Amino acid sequence: MAYILNTPEEQRAMLAQLGLEHIEELFAVIPAELRLQRPLQLPPALSEMELHQLLEGLAQRNTSAAQLPCFLGGGAYDHFIPAVVDAIASRSEYYTAYTPYQAEASQGTLQVIFEYQTLMCQLTGLAVANASLYEGGSGVAEAVLMALGVTGRHQGEVLVPESLHPDYRRVLATYLANLSCTLRVLPTPAGFLDPDDLRQTISDRTAAVVLQSPNFFGHLEELTEGAALAHRVGAVCIAVFDPISLGILQRPGDCGADIAVAEGQGLGIPLGYGGPYLGILACRDDTAYLRRLPGRLVGQTTDRQGRRCWVLTLQTREQHIRREKATSNICTNQGLMALRAAVYLTALGPQGLRETAELCLRKAHYAAQQLTRIAGVELRFRRPFFKEFTVRWPGPTHSLPHQLRQRGLLAALPLGRWFPHLHDCFTLAVTEKRTRAEIDALAAALQDCLH
Amino acid sequence: MNNVAATELIFELSQPGRRCHRLPECDVPPVEETAQWLPTCYRAAAPPPLPEVGEVDLIRHYVNLSTRNMSIDTHFYPLGSCTMKYNPKRHERWAALSGFAALHPLQDEQTVQGILQLLYELQEFLAEISGLPAVSLQPAAGAQGELTALLVAAAYFRDQAQPQRRKVLVPDSAHGTNPASAALAGFETVTIKSTPQGLVDLNDLRSHLGPDVAVFMITNPNTLGLFETQIRTITDWLHEVGALVYLDGANMNAILGITRPGDFGADMQHYNVHKTFTGPHGGGGPGSGPVAVRDFLAPYLPVPIVVREGDRYRLDFDRPKSIGRVHTFYGNVGILLRGYCYIRTLGPEGLRQVSQQAVLNANYLRRRVAQILEVPHPGPCMHEFVASARRLLRDRKVRAMDLAKRLLDFGIHAPTVYFPLVVPEALMIEPTETESKATLDAFADALGRIVAEDPEHLRTAPHTTPISRPDEVKAVKEPILRWHPPSATAAASSIADAPVVTTAPSSNPEPHAHPAG
Repeated sequence: MAYILNTPEEQRAMLAQLGLEHIEELFAVIPAELRLQRPLQLPPALSEMELHQLLEGLAQRNTSAAQLPCFLGGGAYDHFIPAVVDAIASRSEYYTAYTPYQAEASQGTLQVIFEYQTLMCQLTGLAVANASLYEGGSGVAEAVLMALGVTGRHQGEVLVPESLHPDYRRVLATYLANLSCTLRVLPTPAGFLDPDDLRQTISDRTAAVVLQSPNFFGHLEELTEGAALAHRVGAVCIAVFDPISLGILQRPGDCGADIAVAEGQGLGIPLGYGGPYLGILACRDDTAYLRRLPGRLVGQTTDRQGRRCWVLTLQTREQHIRREKATSNICTNQGLMALRAAVYLTALGPQGLRETAELCLRKAHYAAQQLTRIAGVELRFRRPFFKEFTVRWPGPTHSLPHQLRQRGLLAALPLGRWFPHLHDCFTLAVTEKRTRAEIDALAAALQDCLH
Repeated sequence: MNNVAATELIFELSQPGRRCHRLPECDVPPVEETAQWLPTCYRAAAPPPLPEVGEVDLIRHYVNLSTRNMSIDTHFYPLGSCTMKYNPKRHERWAALSGFAALHPLQDEQTVQGILQLLYELQEFLAEISGLPAVSLQPAAGAQGELTALLVAAAYFRDQAQPQRRKVLVPDSAHGTNPASAALAGFETVTIKSTPQGLVDLNDLRSHLGPDVAVFMITNPNTLGLFETQIRTITDWLHEVGALVYLDGANMNAILGITRPGDFGADMQHYNVHKTFTGPHGGGGPGSGPVAVRDFLAPYLPVPIVVREGDRYRLDFDRPKSIGRVHTFYGNVGILLRGYCYIRTLGPEGLRQVSQQAVLNANYLRRRVAQILEVPHPGPCMHEFVASARRLLRDRKVRAMDLAKRLLDFGIHAPTVYFPLVVPEALMIEPTETESKATLDAFADALGRIVAEDPEHLRTAPHTTPISRPDEVKAVKEPILRWHPPSATAAASSIADAPVVTTAPSSNPEPHAHPAG
């Protein structure tokens, strides 16, 4: 049988040592009426070759971003992944190890996570980063839970603009469902949260303000002003960022954010139909924050011979020590994804990250220019954007993805599903991978769809 | 393991001007309004201060570092509760097929029929294995699966107009994630005692039953590796008072095709795909924690669920009673895919053999270890067992941690230590089905030699690893959680100077405690 080493003879010898004849006898402690009296109704076992053919068949029933140019965004982006990322992440010394409880047997993983924590601090301009969360949406929820603890405003309000990724908002609402705080959604008719609207809503009951910049529509928020407004009332400013954008945009920490959260998928992680991704979380230099940080942390120390080394630390925040009083229930992190992000950022370096961001910016603006030359097509919002933008379309949008697919493109995310009032809009994302020819083809295909 | 070539941090290798990845020239003409569209006030003066290294630097650094790990592919890794079984290489190849790995999560459903079919079939497989018919693949880890199920329970009781059900009962041997998830879902937790035999104390359980109980979270087989033989009585009692039973599925590796949670009375459970169905553990994750529930709880599961209509598959968002979402997209699809491959490789008979072999290996090793250390609970065990170094501590001042550290010198990853909390000086040992008799014998032989060694040699172990006995108290008292450039070290963030108010771990072994992921 696949993956089992003991031969029937060895099994018999082992059973004999236990004074047993048949392996079934080991399960005699399970009351007979609870034992399954039939085989599981599952398909029969397949050899590697048969299953390979079956999976290739399933894979071929999909149309992927490896086949067609992808202009889809909405929280997952088709960025280029250098080969070094796959080469390192496929080292099985990393991917077949587990949480580094035994520091002596895990210096590789521990040092990688320490480097990852440092890279996230460098990226965000904040002082502390944890060893990763699951992904963007639950990362936002964890950040809000942290803010509730830091401010003590457990009965207070959490303010989120409509421009926050609507599925991040939905995850947040799920996490807060049975807690005492109120989630308040602020409209963003101009495609971003107008600081004047925030000023009128924010109060000393506000525990947190969550600002995503660039936001779900692709546009920038007034992060610096938002953070200042939050601080004036003692609230926590949570910035949700796009890690690639930080090659050119100001870092959340430099804008005054107290906690920065991101979907880390853009940092060398395959699209993978939505996961596994990486939740990035960094916060400012403050023990009140540090004590409430969810998940694992790696710290530097020395061993008994004075050698510099790394260990899991500050574990008294965690569920396995504090149980119901823990800062979060997180046990697994995204170690392998954090490794990918660390290698990706190291491979790019400061210059590579800046150039990647510049390419996204220039190509996205070129695409916006080409598209808006089509009669009746315009940008929905007049706001600065980075690599993604919202288009108002003169026809029905729900069938557009299919029409564009027929024209050889994976493009257009109709917004009606999340925002009924934006039923005539869709977003497009343009990464550094998109060529001028692909962008021109997109413009031509969209023109064609109107006829 | 003893590679000393990777002791520098990547930041210390940085040389200004070095580069690894290079980008192409921009092929689009400049757009006049670009500057206007991104005013300088949003721009950073300089990119983030990331390290600057060449490709050879990078590869040597991370490859050398990798050799400073123990892993399943290099060592026996009997970490109890974590099911560290072999991770098949074929899974890595299939997960990397571009027809899966390069799918955008918001693609038109017509372009993702293959992956939707796979996910739909996996939902069906997991329903059959648990005997619970409705499945959500969305939770990204076991702990998130627990939270999801508890939020489902809360929504169900709200719908049933029973808001008084505020209590979640959790055995004292449970994983720490159980009470933490219950608190996050807004419940109060009540701890239920274990008997000296290691099972749920029925008297204590009964004394807590009432109309305020929402959920009993039980791990079966439990964290001592014992099957809760009274499980049917327990689940009947809970149902009589109108409460739900949640099964922590961490230990499913013992019962695949042998007994089903739905058949012994559980109403909800999570799976750990990274354990039972061998998604690689990844140095801490990603995991994957699907939940399975009874029919009457199905309306509350997260959206979307994959549904089949004729020969088409689609994502069903139209579920008005749903708790919402716990993940931005559909969960850790890459790990789910590996779980699917595993189930298709083994088939019904193979899965049953997995549990049989896992239980045989555990009992065989238990018998050998019981000749060396105290094994406080009577056998047979299921897929794992817990030994205690209590007598060694009393007689020779040698702790469970000392044994764990010394095992590393024999090329064996340490078992889980100091968990479960109900056993003093616990060593929790889970060999899994993919290890041979010879490996188990080597473990027992090593342990036998170790307990006879000079206690001082054990207290200073390990002796052959790249480092030994890191100062954990210092790591807590003077936390250094990131690297700072040398010139900045003196003025470094005050985090380094400001101790966090937490308990120092050295005198208290619990911080080493337990993995549950």
